Amino acid sequence: MTGGIYAGASAAVAATDEPAPVAASAEHGEKLFQANCATCHGMSLEGTSAGPSLNGVGALAVEFQVSTGRMPMQMQGPQADQKPVQFTNEQIQAMAAYVDSVAPGPGYPADRVLDGQGDVAHGAELFRINCAMCHNVAAAGGALTEGKFAPDIMDTSALNIYAAMVTGPQNMPVFNDMNLTEDDKRDIISALLYQQEMESPGGFTLGSLGPVSEGLFIWIFGIGGLIAVAVWITAKSN
Amino acid sequence: MEHDDSKGAVKAYEPSSGLAVSIDDPVQNPGLPPHHPRITDVDPKAAKRAERTIYTLFYVSVAASLWAVAAYMLFPIEDMEFISIRRNNLFIGLGIALALLAIGIGAIHWSKTLMSDKEYVEERHTTRGSDETRAAVVESFRTANEESGFGRRKMIRNSLFAALVASIIPGITLFRGLAPHDAENSPVDLLKQTMWKKGEYLTRDPSGTRIRASDVTLGSAFHVIPESLAGMPHEEGMLNEKAKAMVLMVRMRPEQLIEREERKDWSYDGIVAYSKVCTHVGCPVALYEQHTHHLLCPCHQSQFDVTDEAKVIFGPASRPLPQLPIAVDDEGYLIAQSDFTEPVGPSFWEIH
Amino acid sequence: MSTATEEKKAPLGGRFVGATANYLDERTSLSGLVKALGRKVFPDHWSFMLGEIALWSFVVVLISGTFLTFFFQASMVETHYTGAYAPMRGIPMSVAMESTLHISFDLRGGLLVRQLHHWAALTFVAGIGVHMLRVFFTGAFRKPRELNWVVGFVLFVLAMAEGFTGYSLPDDVLSGNGLRIIDGMLKAVPVAGPWISYLLFGGEFPGDAIVGRLYTLHILILPLIVIALIAVHLVLMIVNKHTQFAGPGRTNKNVVGYPMMPVYMSKMGGFFFIVFGALVLIASLVQINPIWGYGPYDPSPVSAGTQPDWYIGFADGALRLAPPHLDFTIFGKVYPMGVLIPLIVLVVFIILVAIYPFIEAWVTGDKREHHIAQRPRNAATRTAIGAAGVWFYAILWAAASSDLIATHFRLTMEGVIHALQFLLIGGTVFVYFLTKRICIALQKKDREIVLHGYESGRIVRLPGGEYQEVHKPVNEYERWKLVADETFEPLVPRPNDQGKIKGRFRASVSRWFFEDRLQPVTNAEYQAALEHQKHALHEHGDGEHAEIESDDSKH
Repeated sequence: MTGGIYAGASAAVAATDEPAPVAASAEHGEKLFQANCATCHGMSLEGTSAGPSLNGVGALAVEFQVSTGRMPMQMQGPQADQKPVQFTNEQIQAMAAYVDSVAPGPGYPADRVLDGQGDVAHGAELFRINCAMCHNVAAAGGALTEGKFAPDIMDTSALNIYAAMVTGPQNMPVFNDMNLTEDDKRDIISALLYQQEMESPGGFTLGSLGPVSEGLFIWIFGIGGLIAVAVWITAKSN
Repeated sequence: MEHDDSKGAVKAYEPSSGLAVSIDDPVQNPGLPPHHPRITDVDPKAAKRAERTIYTLFYVSVAASLWAVAAYMLFPIEDMEFISIRRNNLFIGLGIALALLAIGIGAIHWSKTLMSDKEYVEERHTTRGSDETRAAVVESFRTANEESGFGRRKMIRNSLFAALVASIIPGITLFRGLAPHDAENSPVDLLKQTMWKKGEYLTRDPSGTRIRASDVTLGSAFHVIPESLAGMPHEEGMLNEKAKAMVLMVRMRPEQLIEREERKDWSYDGIVAYSKVCTHVGCPVALYEQHTHHLLCPCHQSQFDVTDEAKVIFGPASRPLPQLPIAVDDEGYLIAQSDFTEPVGPSFWEIH
Repeated sequence: MSTATEEKKAPLGGRFVGATANYLDERTSLSGLVKALGRKVFPDHWSFMLGEIALWSFVVVLISGTFLTFFFQASMVETHYTGAYAPMRGIPMSVAMESTLHISFDLRGGLLVRQLHHWAALTFVAGIGVHMLRVFFTGAFRKPRELNWVVGFVLFVLAMAEGFTGYSLPDDVLSGNGLRIIDGMLKAVPVAGPWISYLLFGGEFPGDAIVGRLYTLHILILPLIVIALIAVHLVLMIVNKHTQFAGPGRTNKNVVGYPMMPVYMSKMGGFFFIVFGALVLIASLVQINPIWGYGPYDPSPVSAGTQPDWYIGFADGALRLAPPHLDFTIFGKVYPMGVLIPLIVLVVFIILVAIYPFIEAWVTGDKREHHIAQRPRNAATRTAIGAAGVWFYAILWAAASSDLIATHFRLTMEGVIHALQFLLIGGTVFVYFLTKRICIALQKKDREIVLHGYESGRIVRLPGGEYQEVHKPVNEYERWKLVADETFEPLVPRPNDQGKIKGRFRASVSRWFFEDRLQPVTNAEYQAALEHQKHALHEHGDGEHAEIESDDSKH
């Protein structure tokens, strides 16, 4: 099912060309794939009842899913969670190369897209319109329906930000280059990197969750503290 | 000054008995407990220590205030670096905080340890005025009434009230000016029209670039505004129009869409466009889940099913999101066929 | 007033102070006021200082707000930001937003004062809340203080309005969405909805007038009313004098405590500085309302986790808990009940709280003055009603963060919302019963301590082999605190002059209110119990004198 969607997506996405990975690592990747992924995704990536087909997925999606630890998925649930990464970088590259060879799809971006030198103001504006409703304006994440959620992306790498936009993991929409151009993506990535690196000028952010954490803080520490002070003031002196 | 009528006599008191009736044999109040001296009352060394603590705190406060002033000067922010802004606010703030806290703690410590803690007893007096006072008040009103004839001359009295009340009304009327005087469009008319019309191009928010049908792939979500909006300056009410015209556009496989007969031509090859204004209270319904085809509004968690005319499937909304009928021009760009056929946004009285 | 004769001694405070005092008194009659208030006695209990949390944080709000008014510009004219924060540079935004960014990033100490103002505002409303709860649960709203309760409650509502108008001023996406929600709620009002919205926003939403209008409300109209009502509130408190808890030497006809000068002046003044200092400390260390991240208001973007400030949470939560498809149409006119029902629930709740003193007075028929603050356990039905009310409010408040609860506890938002809907109705009923039972149990415990003493932890073995725990009597001052309560009887409906029995409903409500009450201990029972305790203690050969031990207070 998802594979069909990816098929449509890949037809429209302009592939950015990376030099093709060395054939040897694709072989290595095939072995890794058969050992770790085929149970759910099928030996020929055709999908099974436990997992979707990977047609049209491409190397970048593999990189994203595996390097964030989402795949191999621990158990069926509303969403594949990030967890400790199971493979080394080299293994991830190998699997990506393999998958790309049999189910080509969106590829790695040019270095320029990830350099963080884009227009931060434009990127922030695009982020607010396209991304903040799920991921929160401060990238702290947010709730989706039925137990799903958009994760906090305050520590996400530029590559994974790009990969997520382009591959649309799980319920995240696909942001192909006709929706957000490569320059748009560069700007968004730059804005996010800026936000990740900036010193918050007002002090501790309390998780950047907005009025809820501010309210909890003031009730627990503010009112709690002041009531404690009032108890001290009216306590009988020794 | 018996205001505490908790006697047995109350039982016969009409109409509200049921007051607390004191028991006939209550436990007696033991009176004020003996005074326990504090350490500072007994031990002069302790008292001296307390005194030292207090004035040290006050002097620390002076120092902290001076520090706050110094911090203002020592931590400039004109280099526009966040770390500078942080330091400036942090150190000025800590200085002021310490200065204030030290005064407070010193004062409290003084009151607790050194000031007399002898308890005083102050008698309460009945809240109501004495009968003589009340009689005097009644008398003064009675005299004023006689001297003015206020109660007797009913015409004067009634017309005075009418005049006073009426004099307020012009003032209130002036506040009609809070809303514009628009002879042509009532607020209800304005709510029933948006910028969308036949042939209006669907464009990306905020850039205003046209969108091809082929750009909209399965699983993508486009935030859309009418082309005329993008060029509109703020002063001409751009945000007002955007607040009604904003649209979310996604693509399904055509067989996934459940469409009634009259609306079959509102979508294009599985591409559907819905108003982004939530029909609950107006927040942007912007969260699109590509697998479940649900639209979620983040404000109050209303959920809409994009495959089924954006009907409400969860949450406090009632009305489905209005659908924008779209088509494609001869170059493949998406255009609207007309305005929405119903008002967008929250329901209101005359919405039909 | 000092006379000029035989002044060998310098006047109190020195000649300058004496001369100044004389000067002022000769022109203002100030001495009368100082005489009346100078040594006024205030009772001492920490729970009596909660109102001061509100009062002093309000002063902080005023001071910090005044500073901000010199720099904030409440205009929605479009401009572009050119300051330190790169992601906003060049972006078109209103002057209101731009001036807020200027205060935050381009003014030394500006961000500190802005944060102080916001933190103090949150504390102000929270302080009113805890103070109100204290007054409620101790029955301090009873005659003669019913009117002061209403004044205080109006202050609570005004404080919420001040907060809401305040945080909407920067015209950012978060508060702008809050205004959008208000707009949607207004539009839902039958008949006149769209007109009311049109009037408030000066045309269509969002328009370019709202920030200026909210500013007028926020710095002029609302503060004037708040300050005036605070003055009324404090004057009433001075005239009625403060309530006090029951205790040795305290009666309904006196006030026992410390005088204003020097003790309370020092404690209140000290508390002011501590509240102020604590708020500045928080403002220096913890960020609040980072509007630069939200961006200028535009109807299109929205942030996940969109919530109002905490004190508006109960209203947002009420909107979230309404089930779907509540709207109906009659004769072509739409009644958006999905919005109106939460609104009605909130209004009814607020009105009930505002008029509670009058309801309770009607139910109990109690017309006496009450100056003793009750322990909550001794007014079981009222405490249970209050607990249920607090629960109801708290569930609505929690519902405002339903999406954050879902993500943080790995639940589905649907599950969270359904659970809260159940807890709102079922939980409120349950909490009422549970609290009532707990109060009665506590009353019984108090009685047991009075009549039988407290368990000392010392076990004795009787000659027959039986083990018993020795109970020690509580000292007489502590005992007094445990027995000193009024008792009540329900209203009995009586035939009036015409011979008809009226007020049956009132009587049955009164019966419900006072059911399950404990009859207080009579003096005879009390003395008998004391004798028995002494006797038992003597029998068990308790070496020490257990009569008065001032540090085993079972408070």
